[in-house]
Amino acid sequence: MSGFRNGVADTLVLARRSLLRIPRAPDLLLSFTVQPIMFVLLFVFVFGGAIETPGYDYVDFLMPGIIVQTMAFGGFVTALGLAEDLQKGLVDRFRSLPMSRAAVLAGRTLADVATNSISIATMIAVGALVGFSFDAPLAHIVGGLLLLLLFGYAFSWVFAYIGLSSSSPEASQSLGFILIFPLTFISSAFVPVDSMPAALQTFAEVNPFTVVVNAMRALFLGAPAGNAIWGAVAWSLAIATFFATISVAKYKRAVVR
Amino acid sequence: MAANVAIEAEGLRKSYGDVCALDGVDLKAPAGTVLGLLGPNGAGKTTAVRILTTLLPPDGGSARVAGLDVEREASQLRTKIGLAGQYAAVDENLTGAENLEMVGRLYHLPKGEPRARAGELLERFELSDAADRLVRTYSGGMRRRLDLAAALVARPPVLFLDEPTTGLDPRSRIALWETIEGRVSGGTTVLLTTQYLDEADRLADRISVIDRGRVIAAGSSDELKDQVGGERLDVTLDSEADTEAAIAALEPVAAERPSLVGGVLRMPVRQRRGAIAEAVRRLNEAGIGIDDVAMRRPTLDDVFLTLTGHAPAAENGAGTGEGER
Repeated sequence: MSGFRNGVADTLVLARRSLLRIPRAPDLLLSFTVQPIMFVLLFVFVFGGAIETPGYDYVDFLMPGIIVQTMAFGGFVTALGLAEDLQKGLVDRFRSLPMSRAAVLAGRTLADVATNSISIATMIAVGALVGFSFDAPLAHIVGGLLLLLLFGYAFSWVFAYIGLSSSSPEASQSLGFILIFPLTFISSAFVPVDSMPAALQTFAEVNPFTVVVNAMRALFLGAPAGNAIWGAVAWSLAIATFFATISVAKYKRAVVR
Repeated sequence: MAANVAIEAEGLRKSYGDVCALDGVDLKAPAGTVLGLLGPNGAGKTTAVRILTTLLPPDGGSARVAGLDVEREASQLRTKIGLAGQYAAVDENLTGAENLEMVGRLYHLPKGEPRARAGELLERFELSDAADRLVRTYSGGMRRRLDLAAALVARPPVLFLDEPTTGLDPRSRIALWETIEGRVSGGTTVLLTTQYLDEADRLADRISVIDRGRVIAAGSSDELKDQVGGERLDVTLDSEADTEAAIAALEPVAAERPSLVGGVLRMPVRQRRGAIAEAVRRLNEAGIGIDDVAMRRPTLDDVFLTLTGHAPAAENGAGTGEGER
């Protein structure tokens, strides 16, 4: 099993490399802290008064949704970093080394879990300041936090694929935005699904974002869960597995542009 | 394959869509030698390096490096090679020391070794003072040195250097040449691509000239020059007004009529031995003042021009053997 052990060791070496970047290029830290704070405050105070959320204060309704959205975008660092590594020839160097073929990607996606944790903590703190409170047993809350990290991890793999497919770091950013932004908005994240036009409602109901957001409302607020929690776990695992597979395959034949 | 052949490629082919990058390339480098791959931009040099370093599968042909097949034994082969590409492939947000340690860990060197090797290499490449600075503060030359150091971390027996001195200042180029020579004297085999003739001339034991995906000539620097023609005599006169008289006087020495190239009378000689003395005697007798007389071998520039019909680095003529003029 030395292959597996080397794979884990290589992944940790590269995750450390990704995390070292954060204090050294602190502008990146803004996206994990200031940006989520901004979203919470804008939604609560700009839209909050206008959106009807039967049964909940808007801030309680919003927090699970906006944290899920932040998790989905947290992986952008992976896309950005991979696109840069390709552009600068670092992927060539890594591919010429006797290291695991998956480690460059696994290292980056693992580092995202750490930065996503920072985002979650920041948002819950700011949410609490503007009136958010949990209404669930501690075990459910902890389960919810783990589900958030799992979902964020799955989307880091989506971003890994985007990063490997983009012609530049800038392109990876807009591609990620275009793909993920509509998914988060046509879901139950910010407004009740039944307020949407019929066609969008149909999409929103099967959208994995809706499933995950509903699971979070169940785990954080005690809302009826239905199949949402297992659905959310299944979606997350399916997305992670699918995108990890196609990303590693793409990495193996990555070419410098 | 003989055990002492470190790099051997036969009939390598690679196309990108309609563009044929390699069209049946053969290469061979005995262990402990430098093979120069010389050619203009777009000749296929980088594609060849990418195939030999397992980054790219060939469409056809086969290659073995350090006795291992580049396709079937790629993962073992990666423990035996070092690659320094055209870019300085180092992480800007790590320090120089961290970059080298990371590479050492990814080669799975024994515990403690990555740090020790990083220290040694930083010292050797005169980067010790900058070891703990972030690479984004490094100059271009420092990044290149760090990149080459990264290729040497695991002391690989075969080293691939893809245009290692492109964009470097003259002092850094010479320092890098000396480092490469040091590695080779320690037994390392090097494949070096370059579009600079003086670089191939100085470093390479054997040169393969590559143009449009084909090897159009191969041999030592001297063999390639002999292929173009023998030695020639260059005479610079005190006064260009004497040119016609000088041509007449030198008629018996020259194998063909001398031509005036940039103020220098240039001619192939009938016989090398005594040619200079004979030329000087005849010009003195004719009362023609001489500024300079020299025998010259053809340069690799001449070789390239003769073989391909175009100059080696037409797009950016920097360093194409200017020193030879």
